[in-house]
Amino acid sequence: MVSRGLKRLYTFLMFLFIYAPIVVLIIFSFNNARTRGTWSGFTLKWYAELFRDKEVLTALYYTILVAILSAIISTIIGTIAAIGIYGMTKVRRKIILNLNYLPVLNPDIVTAVSLMTLFRFLRIEFGFITLLLSHITFCIPYVILSILPKLRQMNKHLAEAAMDLGATPFYALRKVIIPEIKPGIVTGALLAFTLSIDDFVISFFNKGPGVSNISITVYSMARRGINPVINALSALMFTGLIILLLIINSRSSKSIGERGDII
Amino acid sequence: MRMKWTSYPYILWMIIFIVVPLALILLYSFTVGEEGGITNLRFSLDNFRRFLDPKYLDVLWISINLALKSTLITMVLGYPLAMIIAKEKPKKRNVMILLLVIPMWMNFLLRTYAWLTLLGKNGFINYIITKLGFAPLNLIYNDRAVLLGMVYNFLPFMVLPIYSVLVKIDKSLIEAAEDLGANKFEVFSKVTFPLSIPGIITGITMVFMPAVSTFVISRLLGGGQYMLIGNLVEQQYLWVGDWHFGSAISIIMMAFILVTMAITAKFDNQKEGGGGLW
Repeated sequence: MVSRGLKRLYTFLMFLFIYAPIVVLIIFSFNNARTRGTWSGFTLKWYAELFRDKEVLTALYYTILVAILSAIISTIIGTIAAIGIYGMTKVRRKIILNLNYLPVLNPDIVTAVSLMTLFRFLRIEFGFITLLLSHITFCIPYVILSILPKLRQMNKHLAEAAMDLGATPFYALRKVIIPEIKPGIVTGALLAFTLSIDDFVISFFNKGPGVSNISITVYSMARRGINPVINALSALMFTGLIILLLIINSRSSKSIGERGDII
Repeated sequence: MRMKWTSYPYILWMIIFIVVPLALILLYSFTVGEEGGITNLRFSLDNFRRFLDPKYLDVLWISINLALKSTLITMVLGYPLAMIIAKEKPKKRNVMILLLVIPMWMNFLLRTYAWLTLLGKNGFINYIITKLGFAPLNLIYNDRAVLLGMVYNFLPFMVLPIYSVLVKIDKSLIEAAEDLGANKFEVFSKVTFPLSIPGIITGITMVFMPAVSTFVISRLLGGGQYMLIGNLVEQQYLWVGDWHFGSAISIIMMAFILVTMAITAKFDNQKEGGGGLW
């Protein structure tokens, strides 16, 4: 029984360690005083300031825009690429997949500086375009990696059967292959979206003047020390995340009822 | 149906955005010359020679040292947690895993920033300490703060792979060991632990890699003067503008990480192939 209590205590302490910083951050986002030294009453002024802060709002705009665009583009390129890679001979497929793994395995900072070198070498001006291109580049490998297993699971002869019955290759792709691998495509797109929203390192090196994202804004603010506006931002992002999770959870528990699996 | 042509656009993309950039930093690392053009580059090993300066080797050593320490600490803290979670009933297990994953989905800069507000001079911990009547402590801008930030950020990366291996272990193996007279410790050291090694190895790579290449945690919790190898790359690229030296450091970092991963992968394969339990 002692060991049972010990286990509970340990689990409790670990989750305390994980959540305490976030909870303190959220509580102090309502603190009237600028520093942590004192609690001087409840206020919403940091939230108001957050929504008046031009820098934060532009960053938010670019974060979401880049995330949506890179998710869409990398999903399209990744899906058709995955179908092509699936049809390749073994040796070629291995080469392509190993190259595809490079951005996944390489430290972010190496991918970031290599892209930065490329853009400077090509004399492309740093800004929205470089940010978007770099995001698409690190998202595609993940899309491909989430679609390929679904292609392997698919019955190889389905598409052939469709074409034997008179479908054109494009029709077979649209009506047979795509529906079969759809779960993989959705997973890939969601993954690309979250990776893009969350990215800091690659964006930090490939942003341009006037174009940045939330992570970069937080970094440049935090470098100057504690700023209650970031507390408010964190609290909002955390709440947003919880709401999103609740929505996904209620949807997936519905689909468990219908289909019997989670994803 | 073979439609390999559909991969050609991506192959082109890969060549432009993955192969060429890496080739470029490789080229830059082995050359010196004026900024910009490719025509006036001269082959040279100066960039690598420069890295052998004790000043830079120290930075490499500190980075590796901190990354190893944080890997070890996450392992010691994470393994028991993974074990406790794996032994729970499925419903409770899923809730606990979800609780573990939620902070991972929060932007990791914000997670690091949260520690800044806790450890800072006017931070929450010092607030409590001074309320209790003690003098405020210097908690931030040192090795320990950076280490704490790494452990905090990367702990889930250690717990999740270990958990996913532990939860798949066939219960009958443990029961068999118990039937044959093994005590709790023996069951752990002879059955559970060896079976969980693939998870530990995945965890080690997932913690060590980002820890050794980070520059954010060291910058925010270590202060402006704090240098890890990631900070060195950032400094060379963004502030000093010496792309040749920056490329050389990146190549060293990349080589180091790829070799580490190859070694761990090999170790992993041997275990799986030679274990005889599968």
